[in-house]
Amino acid sequence: MKRGISLYFHYISVIIRSTMQYKMSFLLSIIGQFLISFNVFLGIYFMFIRFNEVKGYTYSEVLLCFSIMLMEFSLAECFARGFDGFSSIVRNGEFDRIMVRPRSPILQVLGSRFELSRIGRMLQAVVMFVYGITASGITWTLSRVITVVFMLIGGTMLFTGIFMIYAALCFFTLEGLEFMNVFTDGAREYGKYPFDVYGKNILRLCTFVVPYTLVQYYPLQYLLGRTESPYYIIYPLGTVFFLAVCYGVWRYGLRHYKSNGS
Amino acid sequence: MITMENVCKSYKVAKRNAGMKEACKALFRRETETVKALSDVSFTINDSEMVGYIGPNGAGKSSTIKILSGILTPESGNCLVDGRVPWKNRIEHVKRIGVVFGQRSQLWWDVPVIDSFELLKDIYSIPKNEYINNLEELTGKLKLNELLRTPVRQLSLGQRMRCEIAASLLHSPKILFLDEPTIGLDAVSKLAVRDFIMNLNKEHKTTIILTTHDMQDIEALTRRIILIGKGRVLMDGTIDDMRRLAASNEASDAEKSLDKIVAALYQQLNIL
Repeated sequence: MKRGISLYFHYISVIIRSTMQYKMSFLLSIIGQFLISFNVFLGIYFMFIRFNEVKGYTYSEVLLCFSIMLMEFSLAECFARGFDGFSSIVRNGEFDRIMVRPRSPILQVLGSRFELSRIGRMLQAVVMFVYGITASGITWTLSRVITVVFMLIGGTMLFTGIFMIYAALCFFTLEGLEFMNVFTDGAREYGKYPFDVYGKNILRLCTFVVPYTLVQYYPLQYLLGRTESPYYIIYPLGTVFFLAVCYGVWRYGLRHYKSNGS
Repeated sequence: MITMENVCKSYKVAKRNAGMKEACKALFRRETETVKALSDVSFTINDSEMVGYIGPNGAGKSSTIKILSGILTPESGNCLVDGRVPWKNRIEHVKRIGVVFGQRSQLWWDVPVIDSFELLKDIYSIPKNEYINNLEELTGKLKLNELLRTPVRQLSLGQRMRCEIAASLLHSPKILFLDEPTIGLDAVSKLAVRDFIMNLNKEHKTTIILTTHDMQDIEALTRRIILIGKGRVLMDGTIDDMRRLAASNEASDAEKSLDKIVAALYQQLNIL
């Protein structure tokens, strides 16, 4: 595991060195990232305007909900977005090379792509997260802190699982499927508000089809003091089952890998 | 030792006629045709043997290499490489083999060659001493000194191929698969690659399986040739066996060039 992680960072460092080969483009993307970080503050300002009280959630509660969801998503994105490029890896036969190396294909796929912009978005999420937590006005007891930590772990697993399924489908279709973004970027957008504001059916959908509510709606109830049941603290960890299913789909795809002509 | 017994592998190939209308139709009902890439392939290769694996395009050469290197799973049949089933113990298996795909690079395109080598050292967990020794030996023999600090995208094809071969030998594999290693190389590079492969087999007793369309490669390197066509092994023998087989039907002089002999053989066996 430890060697796997150090290998992952070795991969990333080679990718960053590759980017540095193109000096101008590297410089521009660094400047771009810098500007984006400034943008964060603008973003927060507009957040103020956008969020309203809805269905019994106050402004600061919605903000907390969104900042946690964004953080979950950004953590998963930072490490697992490499699955996005998987369709081209399969199509141009690069996957053959991955298969003849003595490492887990997942590690190699994740190590095959890394955009600097991910660091910028991560930074953005951290700022929002810190702001959301401080502005929430919640008394932070130990159990609530643990709940947030579990939410971050659970949410990262959930989104990683979705990225993985996206890649696994490429074994069969050989193409990336754009509609899958509904489940990633889309969920991040909808996830600004606790899922019950969209009605009962959506709430059910987001529990039993893709279990977003496990890392958002339910533990949030505990954070906001609307329930005292300690089960709500560990709900986020339930996404480990979702991740296991995604991994199963990936393994199934792997066994059906067909390679290409030459 | 490598053994393949009655290995079969087939692919589904999607077919449609030209045109937008046909493309739309294919969205709903796709005609597929099953192509047998390998049907009942069997052979045994001993340790430190060097074998040429030839056949026309689409004969099943690459499929065989992909099965032997654990990339593809065959539908039926057995395959053992030093006691391992390649697609079942994939990780253990690929640690001990090297694969060069002539048409595809395994190096990182935008960084100097040495960066790729360092990453491979981590990927294969090569012990430090072994890595330094191998790197030194390969650098000397393949004359990589000048190339190591150059980004891969700026190497010529011949230079790159030398680096590719070095990259697949850093972890001292016992078996090396070479899939068209001399494709597109000029005469000097070709000879350099050939010499190197020859020596590797002699000095390190590495088992080498070589697929190529270049008959001079085969003549220079291998004593044993396996000829495959339409997914079947059609001949397993020496170059002389091949000459005899070609001459048996055709009363022509045996002094034809190898290319002509092979072309005649392909025609005669009806495997094109």
